[in-house]
Amino acid sequence: MRNARLLLSALALVVSPSSPGIADTVTADLSSHSIAITTGFTGASVVLFGAIDQPGDVVAVVRGPERDVTIWRKAKIAGIWANAEAVTFGNVPSFYAVAANRPLDDIVSPAAAALYKIGVGNFKFEVKSPVAPERAQFFADALIAVQKRAGVFSPSHGKIAFLGDRLFRTTFTFPANIPTGVYQVEVFYVRDKDVVGAQTTPLIVSKVGVDAAVFEFAHRRSLAYGAIAVVMAVMAGWLASLPFRNA
Amino acid sequence: MDVYLPIAEVSLDIFVLLGLGAAVGFLSGVFGVGGGFLLTPLLILIGVPAPVAVASSANQLVGASVSGVLAHWRRGHVDFKMGFTLLVGGIAGSFLGIWLFTIFARLGQIELVISLCYVVLLGVLGFMMGIESVHAMLRRRRPGAARRKLHRHTWLHGLPLKTRFRKSQLYISALLPIGLGFCVGVLSAVMGIGGGFLMIPAMIYMLGMPTTMVPGTSLLQIIFVAANVTLLQAYTNHTVDAVLALLLLVGGVIGAQFGTRFGTRLRGEQLRFLLAVIVLAVAAQLAHDLTIKPKELFAIPTDMRG
Repeated sequence: MRNARLLLSALALVVSPSSPGIADTVTADLSSHSIAITTGFTGASVVLFGAIDQPGDVVAVVRGPERDVTIWRKAKIAGIWANAEAVTFGNVPSFYAVAANRPLDDIVSPAAAALYKIGVGNFKFEVKSPVAPERAQFFADALIAVQKRAGVFSPSHGKIAFLGDRLFRTTFTFPANIPTGVYQVEVFYVRDKDVVGAQTTPLIVSKVGVDAAVFEFAHRRSLAYGAIAVVMAVMAGWLASLPFRNA
Repeated sequence: MDVYLPIAEVSLDIFVLLGLGAAVGFLSGVFGVGGGFLLTPLLILIGVPAPVAVASSANQLVGASVSGVLAHWRRGHVDFKMGFTLLVGGIAGSFLGIWLFTIFARLGQIELVISLCYVVLLGVLGFMMGIESVHAMLRRRRPGAARRKLHRHTWLHGLPLKTRFRKSQLYISALLPIGLGFCVGVLSAVMGIGGGFLMIPAMIYMLGMPTTMVPGTSLLQIIFVAANVTLLQAYTNHTVDAVLALLLLVGGVIGAQFGTRFGTRLRGEQLRFLLAVIVLAVAAQLAHDLTIKPKELFAIPTDMRG
């Protein structure tokens, strides 16, 4: 466990993308670098805390691993609602949440928000289907709306609380249906509406215990898993009929 | 109390799952249907991803059917020869069905195909069974009325490979049950169900089997078709949640035992009328869902993890 922690700390990198000459650093860490999905998992929360070296604003973004997503639109065909049109997007985060100490528009300039992909409006999905740009945008907006309702894209940004001028903290909550994988938690240090410092910390969401073992087995040795599932069902069916045998 | 399902990747209340299993198991025991046509949509309703619901229902059906067959077998109500003849066609059909399923899934139309299949088949069957069972009940009320002929001869009885099914007191072509098994096998793989609700009316009306022999024989056949589907789904799509299946089974097998006992107390035509009502209700609900404007026009299909 300690080794894992060391590795994670080593992975955390510090970048200062702009404002040369001033040492604007933000230091942040999570209360836990991993979320373990166990049998009783109903969601989790992780505290992000840190400090900035001069007064300013802080924006934090949690991003799940990216993947391809296809979204379908239903239309009425011959009186029946059917899937009529589909668009596939690349690099869609599987989870997205953002937090800031003030409303985002007051803190970050639109250009900076677009550059650092802050806020759901600034996603740059790769369009993988041959559709017109405005059609793609229409579907991209729908994708975001669907994911917001599913709880995997945060519908509004969370609140970062400051303790004095330098210390800050916020809590990210994750629903029970979070996808697994390596998440990135990005902390942006903002001054005069521009990002002056940033730090990225990984957060690992994984299954643990019996469930993880079952999941692994089902994927690695799928035929054996299927056979065991069938045998188990037959046994259960037979066992359950025993008490009723003489009825 | 919530329990996390490792393959479905969702947490659900354990008592909801047990109760759902018991309710569907009871119906399965009464009618000899696997109950998949009710279980699968109900699982999707409570939040299990559709592919996992389909595959795990198949797994649950294996156990529920074993339990059901044993109950019917103790009463001598299983025609093994007929069951295995149906199975020959059933296995072949389920391979074709899984192939079709993959193609429709790739086109993004699998959900529509499933719903349309349900509406058409359930609608027609429910209507036919309802009419027939009402006629039968009326005939019983008026004992003087003319009795129907034991069975009518059609071109179906002219087919080769005539075989004697002693338990069912039938002498018919083996091609009939094999063909029936094949058709149900295709549909059951596409629709993700055991196919009992299709098999039962066909066994009564097409093969002319005695009503008492039908549920047990149908369940016998479902065990193997469901086991085949479970294996194929686990192997190709990794969508079988054994934990979910086991929880449903615990409730289901107990429900099925009580259902079987309850079923023997009902007369054949009452049983068929009850089944017709349930079948028509499901068909009406599905047809209604297809024609009203969906709340959510956009949807992201649950990805097949793998």
